[in-house]
Amino acid sequence: MARKKLPGLVGGLGVTLKTMLKPAVTVQYPHEKEDPAPRARGVIALKEENCTVCMLCARQCPDWCIYIEGHKEKRPPRREGGRDRTVSVLDRFDIDYALCMYCGICVEVCPFDALFWSPEFEYSESNIAQLLHDKVKLGEWMETVPEPEPLEIGAETKGKK
Amino acid sequence: MSSLPHLLALDIGWGSTLAIKTIIVLAIIPAGALILGYVFLLKVMSHMQSRLGPMDPGGFHGWFQLIGDGIKFLQKEDVMPAEADRRVFAIAPAVIVISTFLVFAVIPVGPDLVVKHLDVGVFYALAVSSLSVIGVLMAGWASANKFALLGALRAAAQLIAYELPLLLAVVGVVIQAGTTSLNGIVLSQQNGAIFGWDGIGNPFILTQFVGFALFLVASQAELTQTPFDMPVAETELVAGYMVEYTGFRFLFFFIGEFGTAFAFAALAATLFLGGYSVPGVYGDWANILGPFVLFAKLMIIAFLMFWVRFTYPRLREDQLQAVAWKFLIPIGLLNILVTGVFKVAF
Repeated sequence: MARKKLPGLVGGLGVTLKTMLKPAVTVQYPHEKEDPAPRARGVIALKEENCTVCMLCARQCPDWCIYIEGHKEKRPPRREGGRDRTVSVLDRFDIDYALCMYCGICVEVCPFDALFWSPEFEYSESNIAQLLHDKVKLGEWMETVPEPEPLEIGAETKGKK
Repeated sequence: MSSLPHLLALDIGWGSTLAIKTIIVLAIIPAGALILGYVFLLKVMSHMQSRLGPMDPGGFHGWFQLIGDGIKFLQKEDVMPAEADRRVFAIAPAVIVISTFLVFAVIPVGPDLVVKHLDVGVFYALAVSSLSVIGVLMAGWASANKFALLGALRAAAQLIAYELPLLLAVVGVVIQAGTTSLNGIVLSQQNGAIFGWDGIGNPFILTQFVGFALFLVASQAELTQTPFDMPVAETELVAGYMVEYTGFRFLFFFIGEFGTAFAFAALAATLFLGGYSVPGVYGDWANILGPFVLFAKLMIIAFLMFWVRFTYPRLREDQLQAVAWKFLIPIGLLNILVTGVFKVAF
């Protein structure tokens, strides 16, 4: 019974022994931290000066977790005697991270590069209401946004940079 | 009885000596269970599975984990099935722990450090370790649960089946030592010589390697450890005969299992590796070094047992019985035959 099986049995013991002697690759999270990958998706940051309140991000969000309110204001015309210019001003821009599924559609779809990914992920709260990040907080996340990855050699840079 | 009081120049009667030894052994069982449980079950098993095991409780590599688990169990609700036989249900885990304690009563930790020197030490140790079968049956029957009962019956069948290879392995050692007293077996290993060279004495593992393998396999089954853990197949039968036990009673089973593992490892170290003895060390020094030497040897054997436990998948109940009756017992008998022939011839 054991004739053909014995080498397998012994080999199995060898495997477990070898695994035991190799150090485990576990990163013990609270004490040691790993660097996130480049372009890691942690939190979404808002660059308010770029936003034109076009509402594309709120419309495309599958979860409807972006709440935008804005109003139009008049500005003086560029030239004398011209029509007054209208400018959209952002009143409220909230992202509800309790709903957000980190798909990145809002960042992708924004035509004015007002939304950016940041690798910050340690923003859990004990009160779920505090997961609604408002305009100011989203602006603060901009500091954690890394430099964009360099493009590959020979990549085309059509249009926007 | 024991010359330890004379050794320490103390004048205590035999009653107090017995009481002190009993307390020490009662303390050793959970301590041994904890040490084995922590080192092997938590840490060695984890590393064999490429992970770290508990690291935070207690600060240094999570040594407090099992003690914390024990405390958690203590504060759980004591639940008993409505149909259960109350007294039997309560006593069953105690029977298992008592049988472990009785095995410890004969294992020598030093030339004078044993609860009681018995001339039939080995015979007594094996007989008493089979008391746990009764505990298992009590647990399964009193649980008033069909599946617990089935698990208990299978467990009892397994334990009884593997008593025989255990015994046959030990008989080989007894033939070679010429005595059933455990102290005598240790001394014959310490004073023996291998082909005239007595550097390391004559540990019986060298000549009784078949017996050693048999003893390890049989004790693995006696402890219902994988690959023989069909009675307590955690992922399949939900702990078989222990399924209705919660809280402190379950902890008792756990202590019983690991305490018995400690006892069997100590027994194997005594029978095959020379127990507490270091060749050339006698008298007072042997009494002082004895416990540590025995502990080191039993940890090696426990490592072997747990290494096998974490490597192999479990055998089916019928495969398990076939291995015992059709494979191990004939090998055990052959081992006795060959040992006897060699003993007489040389």
